[in-house]
Amino acid sequence: MPPDPDDGHVEAQLVARCRAGDQTAWNELVERFSRYVFAICVQAFRLSEHDAEDVFQDVFMRAYQNLDRLRDDAAIRPWLAQTTRRLCIDRLRAGAREAPADEELEPSGVDETLETLDEALVVHEALAAAPGHCREILDRFFCRDESYRTIGEALDLPPGTIASRISRCLSRLREFFEGKKPVAETV
Amino acid sequence: MGMSPHDEARLAELLRSLPPAPEGWVRAAQELPLARLGLDEIVRRAEEDAEYRRRLVEDLEQALAADGYERDPALLDALRRRFPAAN
Repeated sequence: MPPDPDDGHVEAQLVARCRAGDQTAWNELVERFSRYVFAICVQAFRLSEHDAEDVFQDVFMRAYQNLDRLRDDAAIRPWLAQTTRRLCIDRLRAGAREAPADEELEPSGVDETLETLDEALVVHEALAAAPGHCREILDRFFCRDESYRTIGEALDLPPGTIASRISRCLSRLREFFEGKKPVAETV
Repeated sequence: MGMSPHDEARLAELLRSLPPAPEGWVRAAQELPLARLGLDEIVRRAEEDAEYRRRLVEDLEQALAADGYERDPALLDALRRRFPAAN
């Protein structure tokens, strides 16, 4: 069954565990959304590394401080997106000579980039539920941009095997999104 | 957000659009709750006070207990990462 992008059940449980003081859950929450928050800072708003790091830490600090005030635990992702967006705009405003409106500060295409990142997060979460051999090789190749040689050395595999495994895993990830099989069985 | 049918090129593009955040940033964000338990204060003191640092490295749990800190496993792990020689 393909994932329902609006299903916040897992996130809601994670937030509830964080609120109860579970450090492991907080680690998972940061791990789960760190790429997403990072990508909003550097891809959508094109912040410098220094500014992106400040916003990144501020977003998670506010998330931690506001766990008790979230109206809907399942809405943590849009809350993070909105908070990151606001803090990125604040950061751009602080660096601007005059005081432009928010719309003038936002780089062009922010909404489209955020839509793509939302979709990417769904794919990434499907991958996270996949068996380790596919998860690791697809993450290394596509997300970490590692070469066949680097992957081969890390996983002790010949380059030819890497190429075919990437192709097979990607094809099965597609089958998962087409609703043919659960990801854990397909990938 | 609609989940349109994905071809493999699109899936690859989406995977590429979420590279990992720098490891240090993730670690720092994960350690935010530990500030409440005194992590920043302990690290700062250990950096400024060689004798305190020696006590931490020699017996971490004992040094924390002597100062009334909670023996929280996550706090101990974080301190062992900062001071790899600590027991």
